[in-house]
Amino acid sequence: MHKGKGMKFVGDSRISAERKPNIPKDYSEYPGRTEAFWPNFLLKEWLAGSVFLVGFMCLTLAHPSPLEGMADPTNAGYIPLPDWYFLFLYELLKYDFASGPFILLGILVIPGLAFGGLLLAPFLDKGPGRRPHQRPIAVGMMLLGLASVIWLTYESASHVDWAQRAEANKPIPPSEEVEIDKQDPGYAIYESNCMTCHGGDLSGGAAAPPLIGIDRSAEEIAKIAREGIGTMPADQFTGSDEELKKLADFIVSVNEQGN
Amino acid sequence: MLQKIYDWIDDRVDISPLWRDIADHEVPEHVNPAHHFSAFVYCFGGLTFFVVVIQILSGMFLTMYYVPDIENAWKSVYYLQTEVAHGQIVRGMHHWGASVVIVMLLLHTLRVFFQGAYKKPRELNWIVGVLLFFVMLGLGFTGYLLPWDNKAYFATQVGLEIAEQVPFMGQQIKTLLAGDANIVGAQTLTRFFAIHVFFLPAALFGLMAAHFILIRRQGISGPL
Repeated sequence: MHKGKGMKFVGDSRISAERKPNIPKDYSEYPGRTEAFWPNFLLKEWLAGSVFLVGFMCLTLAHPSPLEGMADPTNAGYIPLPDWYFLFLYELLKYDFASGPFILLGILVIPGLAFGGLLLAPFLDKGPGRRPHQRPIAVGMMLLGLASVIWLTYESASHVDWAQRAEANKPIPPSEEVEIDKQDPGYAIYESNCMTCHGGDLSGGAAAPPLIGIDRSAEEIAKIAREGIGTMPADQFTGSDEELKKLADFIVSVNEQGN
Repeated sequence: MLQKIYDWIDDRVDISPLWRDIADHEVPEHVNPAHHFSAFVYCFGGLTFFVVVIQILSGMFLTMYYVPDIENAWKSVYYLQTEVAHGQIVRGMHHWGASVVIVMLLLHTLRVFFQGAYKKPRELNWIVGVLLFFVMLGLGFTGYLLPWDNKAYFATQVGLEIAEQVPFMGQQIKTLLAGDANIVGAQTLTRFFAIHVFFLPAALFGLMAAHFILIRRQGISGPL
């Protein structure tokens, strides 16, 4: 580049007045079958990107993103679960050596060593060789870490009944939201028999579905309370027949209000 | 005509060197899947960037409807999901993109690691890349709360409880993130929103710029 005396600028700026033609470099000096990034290779990249985008949109259209019911801090029965890419950290904290008195090992030392090692990999693995077999320790550590993460994620995810979770936590559409008359004699019976599983506002919990938006008669509800249904065991209701009728009528009244 | 416009701008801004840096370079044979199909492993970094662009665009559209407030956050998401034209698709792209970007980042990291491409002189770019990974996990953690549904709320509560157990500064970290020492509530939601939409994307853009400038400077690593 031309520097120093004799340079001409555009106006009083620092931009050279000398017009440099926009000619690409001569690529003959590069070895192998190189290809210009613009526009040849970029076009191919766009093709690969389009194929990827089609796959991604298929995923998006086939599986709408989930949304559970509105956050209810009083819902004591909810079993928390992080997003899948944090499951391995979550699962790690369940091991004896990483919880209770050793919790610091679980939340700081082990993840700190793993991610610190990852961050500083170029300074830990200083040898000149780049091929995996030339650096067995680095590759071994990475494979070990990778296997642990996959194993922990699998252990954590395989114990979750995802379909049941989604079913039990379905959102209640705001149009079906109901006012619950807590003075109703049926509510007191509901409170002592059903509330621990079905929630204070009949919206369901971790162990049981909502009782709003169901299509059952009072007799059917009474029968279920006595005999159970699905995963619900029998004899959950322990009161008299008269109380049972009040309870069933109360649940039906709440549902009628929803419609 | 276009050439005249280009020349006019070039006279004033001198964009030719910029243009050279961005687009005018050679793609070596060993990274070109057209010559060696196994070179598709070099696509993961670009695909990560592609998903990040999807995340930025879909996120921008989501904020047109989203309300970061405990009364309305869930309702606005529900409305977006059920009533707004294509709202379900845009939210779906953001939701699935958050997972896909982690997968692509992981694959890209593994490609660079197993090829030993982080060795001299590329140590700094590796560190920038790992920091990008952390920022992305932070975006995942903060974004998870925003729909304000049960799984979001309770997962965040657990996350904050874990942060609280860090010695000496645990309580401060929790208060900084949640806005209160004990309550996960209105303050937490607005803070997570601010972190998710302003703080972390700012860090993300800075680091991405560094990542790309470094790779243009150093070129892609040679064949094994």
